[in-house]
Amino acid sequence: MPQSTAPPRRRLYRASDRRIIGGVARGLADHLGVDVLWIRLGFLLLIPAGGCGLVLYAVFWAVTPLAVSETSSRPAQTRSLFEGESGQAVVFAAALAIGALLLLEALGIIRISFALVLALALASAGVAVLWRQVDDAQRARWLGGGRPWVRIARTLIGIALVVVGAAVFLAVRGDLSAARDGLGATLIVVAGLAVVTWPVWARLVRELSDERRERIRSQERAEIAAHLHDSVLHTLTLIQRSMDDPKQVAKLARAQERALRGWLYGQADNTGTLHAAVERMAAEVEEAHGAPIDVVVVGDRGLDERLAAELAAAREAMVNAAKYGDGAPISVYAEVEQDAVTVFVKDRGPGFDQDAVPDDRLGIKHSIVGRMQRHGGWAEVKSIEGDGTEVRLTMPIAQPPRTGDGRRSEP
Amino acid sequence: MTGLRVVLVDDHRMFRTGVRAELGGGVNIVGEAEDVDSAVAVIGATKPDVVLLDVHLPGGGGRTVLERCATLTDVKFLALSVSDAAEDVIGVIRGGARGYVTKTITGPELVTAIRRVAEGDAVFSPRLAGFVLDAFAATDVPAIDEELDRLTQREREVMRLIARGYTYKEVAKELFISVKTVETHVSAVLRKLQLSNRHELTRWATARRLV
Repeated sequence: MPQSTAPPRRRLYRASDRRIIGGVARGLADHLGVDVLWIRLGFLLLIPAGGCGLVLYAVFWAVTPLAVSETSSRPAQTRSLFEGESGQAVVFAAALAIGALLLLEALGIIRISFALVLALALASAGVAVLWRQVDDAQRARWLGGGRPWVRIARTLIGIALVVVGAAVFLAVRGDLSAARDGLGATLIVVAGLAVVTWPVWARLVRELSDERRERIRSQERAEIAAHLHDSVLHTLTLIQRSMDDPKQVAKLARAQERALRGWLYGQADNTGTLHAAVERMAAEVEEAHGAPIDVVVVGDRGLDERLAAELAAAREAMVNAAKYGDGAPISVYAEVEQDAVTVFVKDRGPGFDQDAVPDDRLGIKHSIVGRMQRHGGWAEVKSIEGDGTEVRLTMPIAQPPRTGDGRRSEP
Repeated sequence: MTGLRVVLVDDHRMFRTGVRAELGGGVNIVGEAEDVDSAVAVIGATKPDVVLLDVHLPGGGGRTVLERCATLTDVKFLALSVSDAAEDVIGVIRGGARGYVTKTITGPELVTAIRRVAEGDAVFSPRLAGFVLDAFAATDVPAIDEELDRLTQREREVMRLIARGYTYKEVAKELFISVKTVETHVSAVLRKLQLSNRHELTRWATARRLV
C-alpha cells in the first residue's frame, strides 16, 4: 500500500542521528514533537524516583527499532559516541551516570569511591559502545554497506571495557566480604553477559517480525496470482473455446473487463454506496442481456430506501434498453446533486412511440414511473423513433451528500 | 479534411494493427511508435497533425511524451487508453492532450475525434466528462481563480450531457445551440482542466491515487 500517504514517523523509532546514547530521547522528541532537551531532563529527573529513568531508558532502547534515516548522508563509521551536539551530550551522559550512582548509594548498595566510579564508568562505556555497535551494524545492513573491521574493533573494545569494569568492580567489592566473592563474581559475569547480549536477543525478535511481514507480502503476491488465474486465465480459456460465437465472446470479455477493473480500481470495498450499486447493477444487466453498458457516476452517497427504489427503476430501464435496444451500447449516468440524485439511462436503439404502447405492456408505467412516484421522485421517458430512448430519474434527497467526491478510497 | 497525418503510439503491436484497420482510409498514418523514445523521435521527424497517444508506455508513459514534445506546438495529442484511473486521465489532459477516448471507441467515432482534435477542439468521452464534473463539483471550497476554478452553468450542462452519452450534435440539439458553440464550451472546460490549480482538483486526484 502507498507509503506516501502515511505521515512521517507515525511509529516510534529511535533516532539514528543527532543522538547521544541510544537515540531514545531524540526519537521520543521527534515522535511527540517536543524539544529533545525536555525528554532528556525528564529521564534525568526520573532517575532519583527509584531508578525509573534508567529502567525506562533501557527498556525504550531495547524495544524500539532504530530509524533508518534517509536524510542522513553520513556513513555510520564516521560517527563517534559524542558527536553532534557534543556539549549537551557529555553533560547528559555524565548526569545519567551520576544520577545512577547517587541512587545506588541512597539505597545503601554501594559506597562511592574513585575505584567504583572508574569501574562503573568503564563498564557503562563498554555497554554503550556494544549496544550502539549492534544498532550501527543493523543500520549498515539496511543501508547495504559498512566496513566489517570497524564493527569488530568496536565490539572488542566494548567487551574489553565491560570486562575491565567488572574486574575493577569486583576488586572494590572484594574487600567488603571475601565470602561472597565467588557468588558475586558469578552473578556479575552472568549479569554482564545478559547486558552485553541483550541487544542481540532484541534484534532477533525484531528480525522475526520483519520476516513475518515479508511473508505476508509474499502471500499477497500469491493471492494476486491466484486471482488472475481464477478470473482472467479462466475467461481467456472460455473465449478461445467459444470463438464461433462472437456474442458470447464479447459478453465474456466485457464481464471479465468489468470484474478486473473493479478489482484494480477498488470499488469493491464500498459496496453500500450508490456508485458501487450502479456499477454492480449494470454488470448484472449486461451479463444477462449482452448489451454493453457504460457507467459514469459523479459523486457518491450511502443508499437508503428511496435511492434503492430509484436504483430498481434504473435497473428496469437498463433491462428495457438492453432488451429492445438491439444490442446497441447503453449509457448510464448517475449524479449526486445538492438536493437530488439523478440517473439517466440512454440507449441508441430504435426507440419507440410512447403513445403507441398499450397500457398493460412494458415495465415503464409501473416499474419505472410508478415506483419513482411512490417514493417521492419522478421519471421521464424520452424516446424518438429511430433515435434511441432516454429514461431520466430524479429522486430528491434530504441530507447533503457526503462530499462532492465521495468515491475516494482510503489506502 | 481527409489526409490528416497521424502518428500512432501504443506499446501493443496488435492494438496498433487494429486501430490502423479501423481507421481505414479516414486518415493517413505516417508513423508508429511503441515506447517513449521512439515516439518522440517519430513525432519529431514526421511532425504529424495528430498523435494518438497511449497513456501507459514503456519509458515513462504518455505524460513523458507530452513533456518532451512540448516545443512542437502544431502537433495535437489525443489520448487513447484502456485505463479508467482518474489520475491517468487527468494526467495526460494536464500534460497537454486535447482529448481522451477509451479504446472501446468505434472506428468512425475515432476518425471524428481525430478531426476534431486536429481542428483545435477538444474531445471528451463520457467518462472524462464525469471526472470533470467530479473535480469541479460545487462545494464550499472558495475558488482561488474565479475564471479558472469554476465551470459556468452552461459548461456544466454540456459536460453533464456528454457524460450521459450524448454526441456533440445531440448536445447542441438538446440545448438549442450550434455544434460550434458546444465545441467552444468543451474547449473552455479543457482549458480550465489544464490550467486550474483548484485545490479541489489536486486533492481529488491525489485521493484517487490507488496502490
